[in-house]
This record gives sequence, structure tokens and C-alpha cells, in this order.
Amino acid sequence: MADVTYREALRRALDEELGRDESVFLMGEEIGRFEGSYKVTAGLWDKYGPTRVRETPISEEGFLGAGIGAAMMGLRPVVEVMTINFILVAMDQVINHAAKIRYMFGGTVGVPMVIRAPGGAGAQLTAQHSQSLEGWFAGCPGLKVVAPATPADAYGMLKTAIRDDDPVLFCENLIMYNVTGSIPDDPGYTVPFGRAQVIREGTDLTLVAHSYAVQRALRVADRLAQDGVAAEVVDLRSLRPLDVDTVAESVRKTNRVVVAEEGWSTFGVGAELAARISRVCFDDLDAPVERVGSAEVPMPYSKPLERAALPLESKIEAAARNLLAECGVL
Amino acid sequence: MGSPAETDLAVGLDAATARRLFKQMALIRRFEERTEEQYTRARIGGYCHLAIGEEASSVGAIDALADGDCLFASYRDHATALAIGSPAAAVMAELFGKETGVAHGRGGSMHLLDVERRFFGGWGIVGAHLPIAAGAALALDQTGRPNAVLCQFGDGAVATGAFHEAMNLAAVWHLPIVFHVINNLYGMGTSVEQSSAEPELWKRAAAYRMHGERVDGNDVLAVREAATRLLEQARHDHQPSLLETITYRYRGHSVADAGKAYRTKEEILSWRERDPITRFGLLISERGLVGAAEIETVWQEVASEVNDAIDQALASAAPSRESLYDHLYGDPDTGEQFSRMRAGAPFGERGEEPSWPT
Repeated sequence: MADVTYREALRRALDEELGRDESVFLMGEEIGRFEGSYKVTAGLWDKYGPTRVRETPISEEGFLGAGIGAAMMGLRPVVEVMTINFILVAMDQVINHAAKIRYMFGGTVGVPMVIRAPGGAGAQLTAQHSQSLEGWFAGCPGLKVVAPATPADAYGMLKTAIRDDDPVLFCENLIMYNVTGSIPDDPGYTVPFGRAQVIREGTDLTLVAHSYAVQRALRVADRLAQDGVAAEVVDLRSLRPLDVDTVAESVRKTNRVVVAEEGWSTFGVGAELAARISRVCFDDLDAPVERVGSAEVPMPYSKPLERAALPLESKIEAAARNLLAECGVL
Repeated sequence: MGSPAETDLAVGLDAATARRLFKQMALIRRFEERTEEQYTRARIGGYCHLAIGEEASSVGAIDALADGDCLFASYRDHATALAIGSPAAAVMAELFGKETGVAHGRGGSMHLLDVERRFFGGWGIVGAHLPIAAGAALALDQTGRPNAVLCQFGDGAVATGAFHEAMNLAAVWHLPIVFHVINNLYGMGTSVEQSSAEPELWKRAAAYRMHGERVDGNDVLAVREAATRLLEQARHDHQPSLLETITYRYRGHSVADAGKAYRTKEEILSWRERDPITRFGLLISERGLVGAAEIETVWQEVASEVNDAIDQALASAAPSRESLYDHLYGDPDTGEQFSRMRAGAPFGERGEEPSWPT
């Protein structure tokens, strides 16, 4: 199929799942007539009507809770949180309720709900609208947390999320909505959770990333290739479940690893990976696991400052080159 | 003695209903008294919130539920579970942390539930279950079921943002739900006057163009009449409402609170004089619906039921250690999805079972 944007891939997955299963419905702020703050739900309100595409007031705690209640009754709500930053006012519903209900109910009631939330930075949206918080959620038992980095994965993983019987936080990325790629011409296409993907093969260094950081890692791999370094890029795709095996397999081959993420490194995804890699690949490592994340400040507005805070290609590349130099490769 | 309202409401009350309502309240009273005792014997752990004194509010409203209606409640939920008909033995077993408990020993005092009877939980975060209950009502509405949700909570919940958001959503979406605030005058040790700018809590309904009303929460018939009417309005007219029942807890907020630092002896005594069970017992015996001897029989029945519940709970097994990870996820693909997180443990821990004693 011709290339589509990440946004269109999501829209198509929503459209097809709404068409496939009557228990699926969408809920969120401005997702109807307004077509979504980032236009992911464009056209769906016209097609499916105000019950299947339910516009909500600005009430994240209210409508995330309502999503949970509806899911407990057997429906499959796909709740859009306009940006992941706004989920904080509803954290109680996600962590204290959605994540715990099946366990507390001894398996008799579940919460088959998807929370879609874009995050990320780079458009001068500043401190309160530029965060990547997925790592916080990935530490919570009972949730599944995924963060696709390509249109094909966005399409296939959103379908998997909607069909999953448990709560899934589906992390999108604002910058990525216009990234293009091909998606399969198959409404039955799904991408399983817990399967990382080697998105580029290499032998000298492993770059591990998720979400938009994968696109950056691929560009860094291109630059390193100019100096004869073959970097392997592992796209995690899902954070919980986390595919440690694929990462470990790559590290055993390359003996060097840089983890890049757009969130903060401290207690972040890279921290988790570093711990697991050090456990399963201790004897394979030529150097300690390197981490690259956003500067640990509230995101500033000024463009030069914002660029200084972001884990741009230049920073990931510098970390990679330092690591390679330490190992005597470069 | 019955108030004029009780007198009116008692007209047409049949003996079987009168006995049922009385027995449910008596069961809750005896169950809670014995629970308090079991707690002091360290058979119950964690938090434990008793509803002694509030029996009429629970029983009156829950008796108004029809088949297929849904019930949500706060953590003061022993009365809720008993009123919906969960076996006392299974409720006590839950308090004892046993596998035979209503939540298989996963919930304890605050998280009773009975999905078969459509009781979807006692919840532990004040106010947070209101949006969830609204979501259940949304699902009933969306799937065309002729049912409603009864969502009970304490007066403390009214000050939360979740209360406001749930009330607003229920009103703008015309959801079939009755929000029932069991106002026992104190959220822990803080009085309603201290915590609510509008202490007549039912009036808050007006902010959502919703029907609100207050009834005597120690009058089981008044509560039942109001709940029946409002649930019917929710089911048929899709009009949500706010029902406030005024009652009083004789005990402290939890077993750890004597309940005396913020209330006077006189106040507690004055409420004991309006005891919901004594009052209803007098009414139904005066009306010749259930005689004094029969009332004594009911007390003996519930005492024996609670005794049996304790015996059964004591004799039950604790959940097995092997069941620790059961039901964390339900999707059939989950095992496969987590299989690469790391061998040896279901969800990515190091894998060695800790050897410390449990």
C-alpha cells in the first residue's frame, strides 16, 4: 500500500476497529466535530455518530473513570487524552483503578480499555506540554504500555491494543504524526506486544529506542555508517511487556549499547534497560550501558534552549562515538 | 416512635418485606459488632471501617435495586455487601483474608465485591469510584439495558474533583445513575460544616440541573421510597439524581479511631436515641407486621448466622502463595507477550522466589 502518515495509520486502525466490533467506542476531548486536537479521529464522528465517537468535557479524571466503568461492563473504550501531560490529573484512575481492577476482582471483571496519548517535545510547547512520561506507567503492574515508532506499527499495535482484554496505554508522539511509511493492506493485521524489532542490523553498536527516538537513532546509524561503524537499531515497540531477549541478543552481538529516549534518564526506560542488560549480558559488555535522554529541566520555550534540552541526533551520536572511542573502535 | 412520614410509608408494607428489611439491618449490626471484636483478636488486618448506626441508609437504598442494576460503594462496605445479599461467611472470610472471601482474600475490608449480584466494589480512594460508576451507567445506556446504577459514597467524597466531574458527566450525558451520599456528618474527624461550603449536600445537584433530595437516613422506609423513585427515574427517564441520607456512625472513622475527639458524648447519645433498627422494630411490631417475639427470633437468627460466618472463615484456607500472580492480566496472549521480558518470572522480576517466610 502507498505510504501513509502515522496519523492516517492510527485513523485507519480506529475506523476499522469501530467497524469490526460494536463494543468499541471512542471517547475524548474534541474528538468529534473538531476531529481531534491532532486530527487523528477526522471523519469518524460523521461516520459513526456521537455515541460511538463520544465528545467529552474537559474532565480527564471523569472520562477516564467513565472509560473504566464502561470497560468493566464489557465495552471497549478507546479514550483519547489530548496529550499525555493531561493524564496527570487522572493518574488515580489509571494507576489506582484501571491497573488493579482485574486482580482485585479475582479475574471476574477486566478493563479492556485503550488510552491513546501523544507525548514528546520539539514544537516549542514548553514545560507543561512537552513531556514523555511513559516510563512512569511502564513500572505499574496491570498496565500494558506500548509506543510504536512507525506507521505500520501504529496501525498494527493500535488494533492489538483495542482487541486486548487489559488496559493499554498507547503512547503516540506529536512530531511523529507526519512521519510516513507503508502499512499492510489488511484489516486483520496486528502487531503482537512484547516483540521488539531490529529495525536496522549492525555489528558494532546497539542503539535501543522507542517512539520518536527510534527515528533519531536510525539517522544516527546513517551518520555512523559514514565512518564505517555498523550500528544496530532496536525498536522496543512496547515497554510493558518489555522484550529483553531481543535487546540481549543484539548486545551479545555488538557488545556495546546506547539507550536513547525522549523522557528523563533518571529512573527512566534506559535505567530499566541498563539494569536488565547488566544482569543478562554482564560478560558481553565492552563498556557500561550509555543512556541519552532529555535534559532534566522543565522544557524551556526558547528554540535554542529547547534544542539544548532535547535528545537530538547530535547528542545520541556523541554518546555513541564516546562509547566507541572508549572501546578503541573509533 | 415512628414519625408521621414513617406512618405514611408503612401503609401497605407487608409482613415479609418488614421482616426482610429488619433482618438485613440486624444482620449488619451484629456482623459489625462481631467484626470489631474479631479485629481486636487480630484476625482482621489493615483498615476496618464499621457502619454501625448507618444500617437504614444502606439497606433502604439497596433494597430498591432491581435485577440487572449495578451497585458501587465506598470502603465502608460491609453493610453494602450484606445488604446486596453476599453470604456473611464469604464477607467475613474476606475480612480474614481467606480464599473463600468475596474477593479471594485480595481485597479485605475496603474492597468487598460480588459480581454475581452486580456489586462492583468497595473502593478505597475517596470519590474516585464516582466516575467509574458513571461509566457503568454509560455502558447500560449505550447497550440499551433497562437498568440503573446506584453509587454510594460518604459525605467526604463531595469535596473531591471526581464528584464534580462524575455529576457533570452524568448530567450532560443523561446517564441512568443515582448518586447516593450517605452523610454521617463527618469525613474522618472533619464535620460537613467544616468541609463543605454548602453543607446541605443535596443542593449541589442544582449545579448540574439534577434532581437532589435529602431524606432521614435512619428511616429505612423513607430511604427505600426515595431510592425506588429515583432509580425508576434513572431507568425510565434517564435522569440522574443525588440522594442524600442523613445518618450517623456510632463508632469512629475506623477501628483505629475512638470517634470521641471531635464529637460530644451528648451528640452520640442523641443519635443512639434515633437508632434505625430500634425505631423500625417498634414500628413494625406496633403495626402488627412482625411481633416482638418474632423480632427476638430474628436477632437470634442473625447472631447464629454471624457465628457460623466466623467459624467458616476461621476454617477456610488462605490463598496459596502460588496464586500471587493470578489474574494480573486476563488477555489470553499475555503470557506470550511477557515471555521475553526475562525467563523465570511471569512479569520480568529476577525470578528466584524469595526465601523469606510469609
